[in-house]
Amino acid sequence: MIEQFDAIVVGAGMSGNAAAYTLASQGLKVLQLERGEYPGSKNVQGAIMYANMLEKIIPDFRDDAPLERHLVEQRLWVMDNTSHTGIHYRSDDFNEAKPNRYTIIRAQFDKWFSRKVREAGATVLCETTATELVRDGNGKVIGVRTDRAGGVVFANVVVLAEGVSGLLGTRAGLREMPKPETVALAVKEMHFLPEEVIDQRFGVKGDEGCVIEAVGTISRDMAGLGFLYTNKESISLGIGCLVSDFAAMLESPSALLDAMKNHPSIRPLIAGSEVKEYAAHLIPEGGYRAIPQLFGDGWVIVGDAAQLNNAIHREGSNLAMTSGRVAAEAIIKVKSRNGPMTKGNLALYKTMLDESFVIKDLKKYKDMPALLHTNSSNFFTSYPRLMSYAAQNFMRVDGTPKIEKERATTAAFINARSRWGLVSDAVRLALAWR
Amino acid sequence: MTIAVTKVRVEDKLYQNRYLVDSGRPHIIVRPHEKPSANLLALTYVCPAKCYELNDRGQVEITADGCMECGTCRILCEKGGDIEWNYPRGGFGVLFKFG
Ligand SMILES: Cc1cc2nc3c(=O)[nH]c(=O)nc-3n(C[C@H](O)[C@H](O)[C@H](O)COP(=O)(O)OP(=O)(O)OC[C@H]3O[C@@H](n4cnc5c(N)ncnc54)[C@H](O)[C@@H]3O)c2cc1C
Ligand code: SF4
Repeated sequence: MIEQFDAIVVGAGMSGNAAAYTLASQGLKVLQLERGEYPGSKNVQGAIMYANMLEKIIPDFRDDAPLERHLVEQRLWVMDNTSHTGIHYRSDDFNEAKPNRYTIIRAQFDKWFSRKVREAGATVLCETTATELVRDGNGKVIGVRTDRAGGVVFANVVVLAEGVSGLLGTRAGLREMPKPETVALAVKEMHFLPEEVIDQRFGVKGDEGCVIEAVGTISRDMAGLGFLYTNKESISLGIGCLVSDFAAMLESPSALLDAMKNHPSIRPLIAGSEVKEYAAHLIPEGGYRAIPQLFGDGWVIVGDAAQLNNAIHREGSNLAMTSGRVAAEAIIKVKSRNGPMTKGNLALYKTMLDESFVIKDLKKYKDMPALLHTNSSNFFTSYPRLMSYAAQNFMRVDGTPKIEKERATTAAFINARSRWGLVSDAVRLALAWR
Repeated sequence: MTIAVTKVRVEDKLYQNRYLVDSGRPHIIVRPHEKPSANLLALTYVCPAKCYELNDRGQVEITADGCMECGTCRILCEKGGDIEWNYPRGGFGVLFKFG
């Protein structure tokens, strides 16, 4: 028996669930394939979830979605080996009726999202790996092969929501494989502590949460970011650096994570915790310039598979959800005009996505990835060391006249990076940020 | 020596994780080689699960049981032909409880 679907969605992560939910809730016949035992069993995230983008898909998600804490405080720490210089932002305004950002635990969140997809009417098949795209004589994608017996399924359009290291799109030549310098490898541990201990250590109460993001010598000359996110009864702690840097420096990711946990600023926050999981995952960091062709005859690509990830702001799930929703809306529009799922008609997805924050944000930072990649030792080691030196020199009261302290600080910066180097880094950073 | 210490630690970490191992069907294979390429050699450090190890003949071997399917080795080594990379069969492999 050959069953024909309106759409097949490969993957039940953030982008796939958004697409499948939107398609099914408009009455399309949807099949979703997920290789994990349950949705979320293969997925890793920090994880901060942005309410607005989920609200556009499931407006009343707060009623039953598994949410950990809503965020009232964000800290950015610039670290050297023994210190951190921090910028903290905390506001009671974030204690609003409908909070803006939450921490989540992906395995639980994805299960919930998938339940919504099924309730909307989609068929969800877990423990099923899609192995190959099936095409007709003209090259149009007409279905996927799976690793189930006799497992070919057909559809008018295939939504590739297979995540950053997805095999289908790259094997079929629809897009390139990410390059070592455009993906970061992140390792993460789940540290469990009683709720009251977390409340006390981070100065929060009830459902309030706090995030810490850390750059500096913890990434050992590599372009990288450490993070510490408070969940209800656990802390998600991890660090990610570019794969190209890991390979060049021959660093062990797990040793890097252990060193970060031992940093004197971080150790007390996790003291006494019980670690219950160690995970690793890639993050697409190529930005705007790495976005592949997003649509073709019978297919669209969404989420991390399309490199739709804003590494500068550590946003990915919201771009994934939005691209999944927008792709689904484009497909629905094409179908409602009785149009075939051709490249020409599916171009609508790209047009609609260009109008959204997804492409606009990525375009804004199009030069950042290259800048950080080629300057990692300055941005992640020299400057953090200098900041620490400057702060400590300023705070130590030791009888040295202030003017001498100021001169010493300036000299240290120039010594480390030359006047010209400092100016050019500042200019390049400003241009890339613009 | 430091490597040995790290290795024990990584194994301890992986011990926390849940896996459904597809016995006898490894999803990643290292192609036979005389001398490992620089990228293949790098995996003995960079694989977050320490799946890659040097044998006493100086070749890189993989034990994919603790693999977290991150894809790092694929990004570094598939194109050059050092390894053959696949996902485990549906349902098998690492099963994150939290993710
Ligand atoms: C450590 C870390 C921290 C992060 N922190 C944040 C954060 O705080 N906030 C944020 O917004 N984003 C964050 N991100 C990014 C975010 O996780 C991703 O952008 C998002 O998950 C992408 O969603 P996706 O649906 O495109 O891919 P995924 O969520 O990766 O989903 C892909 C799905 O496809 C399935 N799949 C793949 N291939 C097949 C196949 N052949 N057959 C069947 N199923 C298949 C996979 O099993 C998986 O379920 C973080 C990422 C990492 C790694
Ligand atoms: S996929 Fe990741 S964890 Fe698995 S062997 Fe490759 S590098 Fe190691």
